[in-house]
Amino acid sequence: MITFFTENSSEILLKTWEHFYISMIALLLGVLFAVPLGILLSKTKLLSKIVLSITSVLQTVPSLALLAIMIPFFGVGKVPAVVALCIYSLLPILNNTFIGMHSVNENTKGAGIAMGMTNLQSIILVELPLAIPVIMSGIRLSAVYVISWATLASYIGAGGLGDFIFNGLNLYQTELILGGAIIVTLLALLADFILGKLEKIVTPKGLRLEGGRAS
Amino acid sequence: MLQIENLTKIYRGGKVAVEQLNLEIQQGEFIAFIGTSGSGKTTALRMINRMVEPSSGKMLLNGKDITKMNAVTLRRSIGYVIQQIGLMPHMTIRDNITLVPHLLKWSKEKKDETARRLIELVNLPPSYLDFYPSQLSGGQQQRIGVLRALAANQDIILMDEPFGALDPITRDTLQDLIKDIQLRLNKTIIFVTHDMDEAIKLADRIAIMHEGKLIQFDTPDNILANPANDFVKEFIGSHRLIQQKPNVKTVDEVMIKPISITIEKSIDEAIRLMVEKRVDTLFVTDGDNRLQGYLDVEGFTGARRTSKSISEVYETDVFYVKTGSKLQDSVRRILKRNLKNIPVVDEEHRLVGLVTRANIVDIVYDTIWGDEEPTAATREVAAGSAVIEELSLQ
Repeated sequence: MITFFTENSSEILLKTWEHFYISMIALLLGVLFAVPLGILLSKTKLLSKIVLSITSVLQTVPSLALLAIMIPFFGVGKVPAVVALCIYSLLPILNNTFIGMHSVNENTKGAGIAMGMTNLQSIILVELPLAIPVIMSGIRLSAVYVISWATLASYIGAGGLGDFIFNGLNLYQTELILGGAIIVTLLALLADFILGKLEKIVTPKGLRLEGGRAS
Repeated sequence: MLQIENLTKIYRGGKVAVEQLNLEIQQGEFIAFIGTSGSGKTTALRMINRMVEPSSGKMLLNGKDITKMNAVTLRRSIGYVIQQIGLMPHMTIRDNITLVPHLLKWSKEKKDETARRLIELVNLPPSYLDFYPSQLSGGQQQRIGVLRALAANQDIILMDEPFGALDPITRDTLQDLIKDIQLRLNKTIIFVTHDMDEAIKLADRIAIMHEGKLIQFDTPDNILANPANDFVKEFIGSHRLIQQKPNVKTVDEVMIKPISITIEKSIDEAIRLMVEKRVDTLFVTDGDNRLQGYLDVEGFTGARRTSKSISEVYETDVFYVKTGSKLQDSVRRILKRNLKNIPVVDEEHRLVGLVTRANIVDIVYDTIWGDEEPTAATREVAAGSAVIEELSLQ
């Protein structure tokens, strides 16, 4: 096991980096797409039902199959992998953005409107800041999913830590399988930890104080 | 300044919430909309800032048709206070107070100055400006809610049962505060409530609504003296009608001479005075007989060893009424706040008298046996017992 890490250290670094950036690009695209969409959906009831059911269906497609479906459109390599992972990251973020926006207290929203906020101001000044904790936990969830599923992307030639695991399976080398799996797990935990910290930072101070009263 | 003509709201499905409402409100008036739930009072209020769009009718604010104005601009010019307070939990108290100025893009200096000036108006320290709403009590939060409705110099302020969720003592304090602010800043306030006591205490004119229609719109005294119909009579309650009979007294008629002491005297002198006059409370005044606070026997016996002068130990938090106030109101205060007595001051804040718990007994006596009219004797007794019931409830 230790020899695996010492002998392949440069390759491990390379593959970890590959794995990391495939996942992060997919996640980033997912966030850029899903958060605005989620906000939009929270404003239109009918559309939200349609879109949320479509993304739920997409989520049920087996990940390996989804990766395979990408090949006719994008060929092999990193692009189809990023697209497929991006689709996977959508649902948790979309769902949480939608729920977060909806769970903002009606009276708070109403007060904002009654004070003369436009719809856009209400979203930027009131709803989004209050929904941020819920949206962030959706992003955390997606990050962990995407990092673990990126392992499968190795199948369509995207590289990453999946290479170790599949090589190990083919060559009956347990240390390759274990080594790859351990690093993927560590990467996922690390991403979760960092995003957890970020969630604390972006949560408005007034919400973190909830419950505590001054004097 | 605000004219409402034939204002009607019919919800989808045909439910008529407000029907042909006609009102004219003057600058600086305090108007209360009162009625049971479902009477359309809140809908009527919310049509004024177009949170509810009227189905038909006209509203003129300073001559301009509200329904033709831009709703966002309109709302920024009208203050709004709601029962659920609705402060922004993620904003500091400063940002909450200056929310409308922020939307109107005032400069930071002007906003800060406004926040500092306003928070003093509701007796909260400026340090609270950096707090968040969750750090404040409900009553304090609603004070901020009121300030938010004042911050952009709105002339007209709508209030939708603003004190409904507060405990009776906090509510009483905030009622005094809002009335004081309204008079001082000459604001027009339209206030929705279902509490007749609140309406009588605060409003210049009361609009009684029932099933979407305006039943009576008049001053509290006129409504009490001449209820328009049986509904109004029932709504205001027989015990209030009796209060309004000519036997209504002012505090001046019943107040006794209070025992007071000037502020620079020593504690030993205070104790001697208490023993001599057989009282347990002394009112502390300055050289011009202006009321400063009070001193009661429980309050300073412990402090006697450490301090010598009254100025160190007296309580400044004293409730008082002005001369000419109705006795009924003072008694209600004594009961609500569980006070032993309540001092009476004149316009210059000089101590002139004292109303005590003994006056409650007089009022109950008067209600039951005073003002005896043979024809109405049975009704009087029935109503009298209602008063006793109310007193014991409080």
